[in-house]
Amino acid sequence: MSTRLRAWLFVAPATLLVFVFLGLPVLATFLTTFGDPKGPFSTYAAFFNSKFRMTVLWRTMEVALITTIISVAIGFVTAWVVARAPSRLKSLLIIAAVFPLLTGVVVRSFAWLVILGKNGILNSFLLKIGVISEPLSMLYTQGSVIVAMVYLFVPLMILTLVGVLEGIPQDMTDAAASLGATPAATFRQVVLPMAVPGLIVGSVLVFTGSFTSYATPQLLGGERQMMMGTFLYQRAMVTFDWVGASTIAAVMVVVTLTTVLVMSKVARKLNPVAG
Amino acid sequence: MKHRIHPLLIAATVVTFLFLLGPLVVIIGAALSDTSFLTFPPQGLTLRWFSNIFEISAFTRTMGTSFMLAVGGTTLSMLIGIPAAYAMARYRVELPAFLGNVFVLPILIPEIVLGFSLMKSLAAGIGLPIMAALLIGHALLVLPYTVRVVGASLNSFDFSIEEAAVSLGCPRLKAFFIVVLPNIRAGIIAGFILAFITSLNDVSISIFLTGPGVSTLPIQLLAHMEQFFDPTIASVSVLLMGVTVAVMAVVERTLGLTFLTK
Repeated sequence: MSTRLRAWLFVAPATLLVFVFLGLPVLATFLTTFGDPKGPFSTYAAFFNSKFRMTVLWRTMEVALITTIISVAIGFVTAWVVARAPSRLKSLLIIAAVFPLLTGVVVRSFAWLVILGKNGILNSFLLKIGVISEPLSMLYTQGSVIVAMVYLFVPLMILTLVGVLEGIPQDMTDAAASLGATPAATFRQVVLPMAVPGLIVGSVLVFTGSFTSYATPQLLGGERQMMMGTFLYQRAMVTFDWVGASTIAAVMVVVTLTTVLVMSKVARKLNPVAG
Repeated sequence: MKHRIHPLLIAATVVTFLFLLGPLVVIIGAALSDTSFLTFPPQGLTLRWFSNIFEISAFTRTMGTSFMLAVGGTTLSMLIGIPAAYAMARYRVELPAFLGNVFVLPILIPEIVLGFSLMKSLAAGIGLPIMAALLIGHALLVLPYTVRVVGASLNSFDFSIEEAAVSLGCPRLKAFFIVVLPNIRAGIIAGFILAFITSLNDVSISIFLTGPGVSTLPIQLLAHMEQFFDPTIASVSVLLMGVTVAVMAVVERTLGLTFLTK
């Protein structure tokens, strides 16, 4: 048996699984969107002309973007401290970040349901200390969805950035400082450029992850804060509008793939090592 | 030269970790509370919400389903993922590089789109039984993890050892099992366990594929949450956190948890 044939035999089952059970079904979903009798692009015209659907799309983009920005801010500071912590403490902190990451999304969203609910922990605490006299309605708002999303994705950002920031040698920042750079200048001119690839990877993961999430907007946003994921589910399984659902799915795929492609181009351009 | 980290940064980090772990502590407290509603700090301590889990057949049944599905889906993806990872590392010249991207497609395509498409094609289209469709969906979902984690340990494997065994007369298949496999055992165990927990926690694919009579634990939890709001959900959550702890212990002993920062 030739080496080439043997190599292909080994990869064949996994490749077939992906092509048959991912490629074909997703392709079928795409084809569904062009099969409308009113013309091949009529489903997209309907999507982009519908005020409600566009509201959902923009809301999802907005939530994903805000989640990404907050996660970058929190994740960067935390990862910086974790990366520079003594090794014993560092392992402990990494464990503390991995634990929520490996705990399911349902459990983690549920926690915020308990905290932010009308009779929830935050409300009873605020009532007890007298800050408010009536319980606040925090659930089913954009804010509650964002808080839970940030909670979901900060560990991912921390772990992505710790790996990158660890790779910046202490000597490098020391050298900048000894040459007279202020801490701010060292950060801007040395640390930040080196961290850009990690920041981009982390941001893409968080943005696409929150853009396509289902369980969190379902539990914390409900009908009022419908996002693309919950909208897709509702169209497919509640109103059984599979053409409409397929259109939502296609828009989601296009947005995620565009984000990934554009950002990896940007990353290649900004990477100080490759550049 | 030792550098001080600005106290403000340290304070911010402390706040971050309180934010990360606080909600999980809240769940543990709520699960132990001797009240019929969810509250924290717990009022009185009881374990009755844990025993209550086993009174609700929907939970015990879906726990079994989720466990079997996670083991089955992961095993399936291992059986096809290990040979793929092996070939990608061993026959770098013979195979096109884009194949590596094919195996991570299940991460690139939004999970919820995959779930919807599988429902349309497999469940509704060719009428595949629920369990079979779920098994395929989960095997696909975890394939990137198995291929990548096993691939990572294969990348540090010296294939000349395998060649040595073969040139000394060991059959290729046997050489794989007695030379290669033991050397990548850590990667296989870690890959299995990470895939297992991913499958166990999955919502976006399962939500489309579960149907009458067959559901998974996370889907059952979601459904339960929309109707009841008692500490039983918190106690199930604590059990799931226990699984997470076990998973982390295994990863720490095989590849080390710092593997996850790479």
